Amino acid sequence: MNAEEMRRALYRIAHEVVEANKGTEGLALVGIHTRGIPLAGRIARFIGEFEGKEVPVGTLDITLYRDDLTEIGYRPEVRETRIPFDLTGKALVLVDDVLYTGRTARAALDALMDLGRPRRIYLAVLVDRGHRELPIRADFVGKNVPTARTEVVKVKVVEVDGEDRVELWEREGV
Amino acid sequence: MRHLLDFGGWNRAEVEALLDTARVMREVLERPIKKVPALQGFTVATVFFEPSTRTRISFELAARRMSADVVSFAAQTSSLQKGESYKDTLLTLEAMGVDAYVIRADSAGVPHQATRWVKGAVINGGDGRRAHPTQALLDAYTLLEALGTLEGKKIAIVGDILHSRVARSGAELLPLLGARVFLAAPPSLLPQGLPGVHLTPHLEEALEEADAVMVLRLQKERMEAGLIHLEDYIARYQVTERRLALAKPQAPLLHPGPMNRDVELEGRLADSARSLVNRQVQNGVAVRMAVLYHLLVGKGR
Repeated sequence: MNAEEMRRALYRIAHEVVEANKGTEGLALVGIHTRGIPLAGRIARFIGEFEGKEVPVGTLDITLYRDDLTEIGYRPEVRETRIPFDLTGKALVLVDDVLYTGRTARAALDALMDLGRPRRIYLAVLVDRGHRELPIRADFVGKNVPTARTEVVKVKVVEVDGEDRVELWEREGV
Repeated sequence: MRHLLDFGGWNRAEVEALLDTARVMREVLERPIKKVPALQGFTVATVFFEPSTRTRISFELAARRMSADVVSFAAQTSSLQKGESYKDTLLTLEAMGVDAYVIRADSAGVPHQATRWVKGAVINGGDGRRAHPTQALLDAYTLLEALGTLEGKKIAIVGDILHSRVARSGAELLPLLGARVFLAAPPSLLPQGLPGVHLTPHLEEALEEADAVMVLRLQKERMEAGLIHLEDYIARYQVTERRLALAKPQAPLLHPGPMNRDVELEGRLADSARSLVNRQVQNGVAVRMAVLYHLLVGKGR
């Protein structure tokens, strides 16, 4: 995906979100570290443009909710969770760059439940690459990309990587 | 980092990474549900060969907030059997599957020795006069919260420096973060040379233009040993409102507790807006959560 395709996909997701929620009432977005955060910001900006309503955006770090902390051989950096609004009663859209095994989404759901009681939680992803290990699906998908497990899907965003681009390559050394 | 014994061999980036994690933990403690599942499946033991309520409770709460299981061992042993009983106690705990040991002992070096006896992570919860690294970390965190940075800041530490592991760990850690540390005590309570810090028998020299003042507890045992007279100490070294006027306006006050009101610190100062004592206690839990995370996660099983 190039920058224009990414823009169109996020614009469509923004419309789908508003349609599913029947407006912006009670709507809020939460971006998952790292690249879900700028993506959530962009969706919120699109909604602001065509609905004229500001949608609150928060950031979520799922590190302390990972299910592999007892076994991994490195220590993931813990980053800030910042939800500047009350989650309770909100229709939340959780935003991430790639949906793969579903483990990040599972961790994010647990983290959100500890922070409040949203009325409903949607999941929006730029790329769904398949290979789920948990019963989780996305409500809004930018693009479905069939992949092999040996492949790597890399989403790049201007805010973090200096460019907007989705790349697919073969993992080295497999 | 495999253990936390003191700050020998630490660099600024490692300290800052730990304090960054502590900042996230601090936010966890503000939530309605003050608990995360990060250390599920790990077991933390607090092993206190010397009694201490605050530090033990702070560590146990930190471990529980991270969802670790906690076991607690408290004992006082006769000095004759100490060497053996320390080791036996730790080996027993290891056999029960403990992953991290928080060790407090009245003799210096016990946590260091423990690293040779057990496979798990060892955290020094205070050993003799040597070190109390998590207290220094929570002090540094609290100072950073109040001052924004420690770069170039003058920090005065006042009281029984000679017998204080808090002062010694602070003297190791705070300069790593760029602080200028001045330690003031009566000559009989001043150690011989600590590298990288200023030692002075003149309270005024330490307080003058200080950005923050840390007051240490004066222990009764020191008076009983004839090292100082209470009245003399109060007259010349008590941190009072009048003396504190030498420091920068609104310079915050820290005290590791427990406090002897109107001995080392004028009582009303302890309750003033300048006192960060309660903040230190709250930050202590967050800093210890961060230490447990840094020591336990990433080793593989």
